[in-house]
Amino acid sequence: MELVCPAGNLPSLKAAIDYGANAVYIGFKDATNARHFAGLNFNDKSAQAGISYAKERGVKVFAAINTYAQGGEFIKWQNAVDRAADLSIDALILADIGVMDYACEKHPNLRLHLSVQASATNPDALNFYYRNFNIQRAVLPRVLSLKQVEQVAQVSPVPLEVFGFGSLCVMVEGRCLLSSYATGMSPNTYGACSPGSAVKWQEKPNDVLETRLNNVLIDRFEKGEKAGYPTLCKGRFEVNNNTYYAIEEPTSLNTLSILPELFNMGVAAIKVEGRQRSPAYVAQVTNIMRHAIDSVKSNPQKYQTKHEWMDELQKVSEGHQTTLGAYHRPWQ
Amino acid sequence: MKNHTASTTQPKLSLGPIQYFWPKAQVLHFYQQVAESAIDTVYLGEVVCSKRLEMNFDDWLNVGRQLSAKGKSVVLSSMTLIEAGSELSRMRRVCEQEEFCVEANDFGAIEILAQNNKKFITGAAINIYNERTLKLLHQQGMKRWNLSVELGKEHLSKMQQHGPAEVETEVLVWGRLPLAYAARCFTARAHNLPKDKCQFKCIEDPDGLVMKTREQQDFLCLNGIQTQSALTCNLLPEINVMKSLGVNMLRISPQSEHTFEVIEAFAQALKSPEKINAINTEIQHHAPTGLCDGYWFGQPGMNLSNRISPNSQS
Repeated sequence: MELVCPAGNLPSLKAAIDYGANAVYIGFKDATNARHFAGLNFNDKSAQAGISYAKERGVKVFAAINTYAQGGEFIKWQNAVDRAADLSIDALILADIGVMDYACEKHPNLRLHLSVQASATNPDALNFYYRNFNIQRAVLPRVLSLKQVEQVAQVSPVPLEVFGFGSLCVMVEGRCLLSSYATGMSPNTYGACSPGSAVKWQEKPNDVLETRLNNVLIDRFEKGEKAGYPTLCKGRFEVNNNTYYAIEEPTSLNTLSILPELFNMGVAAIKVEGRQRSPAYVAQVTNIMRHAIDSVKSNPQKYQTKHEWMDELQKVSEGHQTTLGAYHRPWQ
Repeated sequence: MKNHTASTTQPKLSLGPIQYFWPKAQVLHFYQQVAESAIDTVYLGEVVCSKRLEMNFDDWLNVGRQLSAKGKSVVLSSMTLIEAGSELSRMRRVCEQEEFCVEANDFGAIEILAQNNKKFITGAAINIYNERTLKLLHQQGMKRWNLSVELGKEHLSKMQQHGPAEVETEVLVWGRLPLAYAARCFTARAHNLPKDKCQFKCIEDPDGLVMKTREQQDFLCLNGIQTQSALTCNLLPEINVMKSLGVNMLRISPQSEHTFEVIEAFAQALKSPEKINAINTEIQHHAPTGLCDGYWFGQPGMNLSNRISPNSQS
């Protein structure tokens, strides 16, 4: 079971590798990847440096080109694929079948992974991508229960990668348009959810803080409440006259407690979310996940989640809390 | 390559699948009225939650047969988010029946249909963002596609110029926008119930459950595991633009009230383009909350333009 870690820039890439990632994933500085944030991502030079650093240490580098190429601008995604191929990347992480088709035609030997943004939750969907584009691995959306992951794993035509830690998407990835409904920019089209350019933090009387997304009030924090980034699905709204986290609380996914089950069902890789996070976050999460996975691999029956791992991960989590998300049926 | 500059298309009207959980009697009554309406093509079936079993598979087939007998073109829609084994079986059953054409709402359905050499239609939740994807799915058997609700006329125009000419295009012109799907049931959550013991609470909300901001802005609409826009998308003033872009089908999404007034309004607007602005003034009253049309103009989906139809006199 591989550990796949996020690298939003060169220092994060090095941190992930130094702390034990088996693979890192990167994106280019444009809308072709799903973490299209200012100041983040790689140009050819930094990508080259990162790939050299990884290769010298036996670590793989994947390139996420996992947004949807929009009519008339296909050339941008085409160029990203060509650049990644020129850099001798180990695999492309793709979501758009048009882009997959191009990659297969132009670079038939390039290894393709199916991005979580392709939204494949079942064996028939996985067969579609395998049959047409010979994908070699698929990242599952964070909507399946542990039992459902196992059922998919038993018949999947390709090895599976699942999310192990990081910010939690509540909606099935690749089919969530909430962000563009409010801001005009979505993960599919623009490569960002609830983008920073649409965010406003407004101080109000009595130390009240409001967070807005393109002027839509996402949350309001009273004095003493810890304010969080206004991710659209993690604010407090009013339904039937009750104000609460109608979709989800600010929380991160944490699978430490189910790693042995994931290992036993033959999951090929555990993915850590967070290319937008700091090198310190990457170092810390990679370190803990490395120790946990090593412990599972040496003896899955005897594996125990350590309190200090949980505590450390909680500190770097959204809202300082974690959840098993959809893996755990009652969460649904 | 398509060429729509010389002539314009006369689009037909379609009725999308019911997104909500309605009692069986209401569903049956609804489709009796559909049979007498100006709708050309009807999409049938449960697309949101597999636990909604007021109508079983045979009930849907029967409705389909009755509508066919009345001259409607009938399509069975497959579920959008497939998680449980039972959902997979149901999707396969929809795709493998021979009586009606299928709208695929997941790539799993496309796989089954393509493997069985069946022509199919793709719903808006199938991500088609470029002409290369259009061509590819056409080769797999796609005969009609729905534009993603987050894409607008500029994108559509580029795709129409370079997409395969034989493929028909459909656009959602009226209804709350389907924006997201999740494992979690937000209606059950609103009632403090776990999904596995949801008590089918969504049957109490025939148009979903509006989620407001703390400033009372109607923002989203919770419909079980689906999240919709609270605002109703209305593209009636854009009918002439759609004609010039070669859109073949205009989709109306069912709501618990006024669906037939909306259908009639679109039918009139297609017949009498000079009346579009007057009809548009009337149709606004048929939305459960306010209107939006931002996506079509390349803006945030919740925006509403104040555009007047260019080829219409009010």
